Amino acid sequence: MIPQQASLTSRDVLVPVFSVVLALLAGSVFILIVGENPITAYGVLFRESFGSVRNIAATLQRATPLVFTGLAVAFAFRCGLFNIGAEGQLYVGAMVAAIIGVSLTGLPRLIHLPLAVVAGMLAGGVWAFVPGILKAKLGVHEVINTIMMNFIAYFLTDYLVTGPFHGGRWAPETDRVADTATLARLFPPTRLNGGIIIAVAAIAVIYVILWKTRIGYEIRAVGFNPTAAEYGGISVSRNMVLAMVLSGACASLAGVEQVLGVHGRFIQRFSPDLGFVGIAVALLGKNHPVGVLLAAILFGALRTGGAAMDRLTDVPRELIVIIQAMIIMFVAADELTRSLLRRRRPV
Amino acid sequence: MAPILEMRGITKRFPGVVANDDITLSIQEGEIHALVGENGSGKSTLMNILYGLYHADAGEIVFRGRPTTISDARDAIELGLGMVFQHFMLVDTLTVAENVILGAEPAKLRFVDYRTAVERVEALARDYGLAVDARAKVSDISVGQQQRVEILKALYRNAKVLILDEPTAVLTPQETEELFDVLKNLRGQGTTIVFITHKIKEVLAISDRVSVLRRGRLEGTRDTAETSHRELAEMVVGREVLLRVEKTPATPGETVASVAGLTVRDRRGGVLVNDVSLEVRRGEVLGIAGVEGNGQQPLVEAITGLLRPESGEITLHGQPIHGLGPMAIKKRRVSYIPEDRHKRGLILDYSVADNLILGLHSEAPFVERYLFRNAKEIAEHAEKLVREYDIRPPNPRQIVRTFSGGNQQKVVVAREFSRNPEFLVCSQPTRGLDIGAIEFIHEEIIRQRDQGTAVLLVSAELDEILSLSDTIGVMYGGRIVAVMPAQESDERRLGYLMLGGDPDTAEGAHLDTPAS
Repeated sequence: MIPQQASLTSRDVLVPVFSVVLALLAGSVFILIVGENPITAYGVLFRESFGSVRNIAATLQRATPLVFTGLAVAFAFRCGLFNIGAEGQLYVGAMVAAIIGVSLTGLPRLIHLPLAVVAGMLAGGVWAFVPGILKAKLGVHEVINTIMMNFIAYFLTDYLVTGPFHGGRWAPETDRVADTATLARLFPPTRLNGGIIIAVAAIAVIYVILWKTRIGYEIRAVGFNPTAAEYGGISVSRNMVLAMVLSGACASLAGVEQVLGVHGRFIQRFSPDLGFVGIAVALLGKNHPVGVLLAAILFGALRTGGAAMDRLTDVPRELIVIIQAMIIMFVAADELTRSLLRRRRPV
Repeated sequence: MAPILEMRGITKRFPGVVANDDITLSIQEGEIHALVGENGSGKSTLMNILYGLYHADAGEIVFRGRPTTISDARDAIELGLGMVFQHFMLVDTLTVAENVILGAEPAKLRFVDYRTAVERVEALARDYGLAVDARAKVSDISVGQQQRVEILKALYRNAKVLILDEPTAVLTPQETEELFDVLKNLRGQGTTIVFITHKIKEVLAISDRVSVLRRGRLEGTRDTAETSHRELAEMVVGREVLLRVEKTPATPGETVASVAGLTVRDRRGGVLVNDVSLEVRRGEVLGIAGVEGNGQQPLVEAITGLLRPESGEITLHGQPIHGLGPMAIKKRRVSYIPEDRHKRGLILDYSVADNLILGLHSEAPFVERYLFRNAKEIAEHAEKLVREYDIRPPNPRQIVRTFSGGNQQKVVVAREFSRNPEFLVCSQPTRGLDIGAIEFIHEEIIRQRDQGTAVLLVSAELDEILSLSDTIGVMYGGRIVAVMPAQESDERRLGYLMLGGDPDTAEGAHLDTPAS
């Protein structure tokens, strides 16, 4: 098969799929150790995540923030940058969206909601701009700076949520955002909300930027070969900064969705490592927007089904973490995974 | 003499191509056997099969009369095969001796016996005339010496047959001479050598016998003494070749590009280009000869906007362009074939079509409404150039990494030449290419000249400089040490100047030193 760009090659599809299968097989060993039947346990896992429309909605709700953080990491990666700062970016985005949502009242939804969303994105973009410009101008490695920016984001939002924007209740959280700033629930009683629509739009937008625009051509060129990009008259530093800012804006949407669509307020340290799981999602999705969507749904399903499996069987929900880790291991060690694939189907 | 090694009926298929098609090759003990062919003719595949890195689909390998299977490099080493790859497999931070013994360390009480290692490596180097300091760090020695370390590695493992994959590609002419002495010395001591190359001159200079591969098949084996440059060239490309570029005398017009007093320094303040002045006229090829690393690359990178000069002027039609970025300079119809197509000239993971618009990607008609790529225009542009420049395979959507070196360079040439440049800068335009591709690119350069383009050609290949240039400058130590009309130069005089000879005493020369 001739490798062509913008389309996923068979290797890009086969390795992740096979990795998931291998991870589930490895997980079944742990299920046996606990004394359960893997088929029963996985049956519960599958039924509770995809078995009914309501379960599917719950899975999609869990997948929504992972789409944003996965896209963010994948997009930066296309420019050759490793954005480990999605977690921090989503916290500042969430906080700014919450502040706009709480403080402003009396606005029509048509203005209030977009304002909160866009302000959150701007905050995330600014947060990623800092490591971006440091990388572009001074060559400081973005991994170091995005991690440090995460800590600044944790403590800054800690302060804001317990200080100036502390809500009326006895808990480290803000007041509820105004109704006009909330993302509507689409399928009660699940918490699936309008964020999923933004997520689908984000997938389309990122896809178009990467493959249908001049900007994407330049960003990918810098990611593949910065010296050739420079030769082609492409500004490496400008594209690095741009890629980081767009990545940060995308990551912040995960926080915005959690605040405006799920919790209705900013809660201190609300994120169950959404930004870091985004790295895994991007990895499994081979940095492709469609791959990211599928990987996010899988991880969402594991979380939804895992909770049920914990409740209904003897298998603890920690098994999900093991499976996730295994998936990442098999995808990362893709040489190993491919050699296993070859052995099964001799050429 | 009996063959030490025979490959019989070797066939290797890759998806879509037959890389080796029923090849039967016999290597005599103690000979230097050259293996020639264009890029992609199957030389490397064949040797990788021999070394156990690939496995043949059909055929057998016979070593000293006994059929053997070589399933990995360890088997090959045990048989007595040694391979020197084009890209060295050395650990830069270790010493020469440490690299040589790596994987086969002499030990005392389970500790590496470093002193014995150094002694053995020194003895080996002395025996075979491979002058290299066993205690030096690999990162501190020259490329030519690194290659000797690779040869020592093979000899240390008792290699009886030494395979060298394009060993001269990375060497200066001087180092090549030295390598040839080493190889002759090895042959004298009974080592059999397989020498892969696509330079026919080298075949004639060093080998006893030569086998020619073309499109995966063996064209034939000859005794070197009984063949000629012309016959081998024909066997390699499968037709008669022009060994000299046919061209009419130049009719230079007004000055297009001029450089005055240009100085470029590296980050640590070292002078790379020292007060260089030159002029390139319409319809003329100015060739810059020189051993690589004498400031040619910083000179062209300063001209094309990739490096910022410290002082001096670069003008195009009298307008200063120094200090402008690469994009602004491109827009003034300056085209540039960079010396390293993988590092500069191409984005290997992009398709042919996307590489063909690199640098034009933000201009109409490839972009519409300022932002969106016009896929139709990009595809049409690519199809046109793929046809015009005969890029193979003719699939604009295929990624460039999968193309042969010659076709990759054609992509660069197609992009740069098709823009109708007024000023064309070519740096080592045919490096690593086979005869067919070299011929094609030479013809295209002359065609550009005849259309009135001003051409600056930088090359370390004297043949190339001599056959294409109308005026020749020689660069040494960051300076242009001499400029002369092409008809007043020959290989000997240029060679003398390139190696730092005094221009004023070059015999029979009345050389113009550049105005400074």
